[in-house]
Amino acid sequence: MGEVVTVTGLNLWYGERQALHSISLAATEGEVLALIGPSGCGKSTFLRTLNRMNDLIPSVRIEGSVVVLGEDIYRNGMELAELRRRVGLVFQRSNPFPKSIYENVAYGPKIHGEKRRVELDEIVEQSLRRADLWDEVKDRLGASALRLSGGQQQRLCIARALAVRPKILLMDEPASALDPRSTAKIEELIAVLRGEYTILIVTHNMQQAGRVSDRTAFFCDGALIESGVTSDIFTNPQKKETQDYITGRFG
Amino acid sequence: MKQKERVHLNGGEMLFRVAAALSFLLCIATLGAMAADLVVSGGGRIGWQFLTGVSSRLPDRAGVLPALAGTVWVTGVAMIVALPLGVGAAVYLEELCRRGRLSRILEIFISNLAGVPAILFGMVGLQIFVRWCGLGRTVIAGALTMALVVLPLIILVSREAIRAVPRDIREASLALGASKMQTIWYQVIPAALPGILTGAILGVCRIIGEAAPLLALGALTYLTKTPTGLNSPFTTLPIQIFNWISRPQIGFHRNAAAAIIVLLFLLFLLNVTAIIIRARSQSSR
Repeated sequence: MGEVVTVTGLNLWYGERQALHSISLAATEGEVLALIGPSGCGKSTFLRTLNRMNDLIPSVRIEGSVVVLGEDIYRNGMELAELRRRVGLVFQRSNPFPKSIYENVAYGPKIHGEKRRVELDEIVEQSLRRADLWDEVKDRLGASALRLSGGQQQRLCIARALAVRPKILLMDEPASALDPRSTAKIEELIAVLRGEYTILIVTHNMQQAGRVSDRTAFFCDGALIESGVTSDIFTNPQKKETQDYITGRFG
Repeated sequence: MKQKERVHLNGGEMLFRVAAALSFLLCIATLGAMAADLVVSGGGRIGWQFLTGVSSRLPDRAGVLPALAGTVWVTGVAMIVALPLGVGAAVYLEELCRRGRLSRILEIFISNLAGVPAILFGMVGLQIFVRWCGLGRTVIAGALTMALVVLPLIILVSREAIRAVPRDIREASLALGASKMQTIWYQVIPAALPGILTGAILGVCRIIGEAAPLLALGALTYLTKTPTGLNSPFTTLPIQIFNWISRPQIGFHRNAAAAIIVLLFLLFLLNVTAIIIRARSQSSR
């Protein structure tokens, strides 16, 4: 099992403000890596660096090395479309397109060139099954995605991300806007997907990190304080800040 | 059981309420009187002969067909030209060009253009389309001129519609690996379409009633033939109405009233279409 993500000495600035300080972190294939830390500490910023979604912000500047699936993704000539196909992103608030359920899931494959109806039908069904949504929507694929409940919409977004067959799945607090039952479903999903996919999940919920992840990384004020096997981090943290955060002294 | 509260009004509030009600009644009464006058004068003339007849020296033989056809031709071609150009400009301004001083200045510029009196566009049209381009006083020259009139409005409304598309839709599309153009074409424009279409209908309503620019252009007021193509001479409903009202015979005034009814009916149909489009787009969300 090799490293699929290797970040070395990553610094990031939003204009004048430095948001990430010399982050070095790696993720191995098939694992679930949780990113925890107080609000505004840079976890989401770090996550978005991995599929270059930070590029959308005009004042952003990056230094350091980010190697994903063997490629330096910030090199000149990096194909963004291919990167984002291989590294999927699930957002904090579900954002389905104002189209049918089918069209939502089929969009990814379509823009990457898949035109055959039979193939698309297959991909849509597979992705919805993987996201544990197929049984609930199989009779109404043509209905608007906006009619689904919050939890269903988020699973639809996961299906949508899976439809382009990524290797890595980035999840930015995927369950934070959901009720406990929907959250449990998402966590079950992560347990099923791990191994086949490498998952990096940002979460505010430490119990969630404890439940779903193999390894955990603790961020604070834009720096990586500590990372390691999840149970070690939570039972025997090396750094004081980690200890303080985990015991609820701040954040 | 909830009891209805009686609001205790003081003198000032009472006066305000009465004034507001009176203003409303005054508007309704004025519109009602105009509508009644219209129907009384021209209602009798509406009929198959009127709708399919052409110009004539005898008021009872004159019909509105060339004007109606001209209106449809000019408005239709104007929209065919203005819509893609306007939506394209809006897409460029909203999505593709960098925010900054230039973008803001352009926005002010275009908003101002939307308020320019249409006659000025008529004069521009006369010089550029009729003379320099040598198109003559034809449907195409009229349509291009009206396209200029409606373009700022289309751009403005389309920009609003595009801006209203939530940012996370764009982000979701890009995160899947779509390019900016794919995102615009497959997600942003379809999502903005109801707003754009409503804007298009507003645009049509605006130009359908314009007489000044086309008069400046030299649209004819006495036509016995309906336009057969882009190179035909033409007239439109407002111009025909203007022409008939200027004649001394009462018969022509009746015709004018009837023509106004036809024009209002067209506008009514357009507005109903706009409302239906709006309603259907709300319900599918």
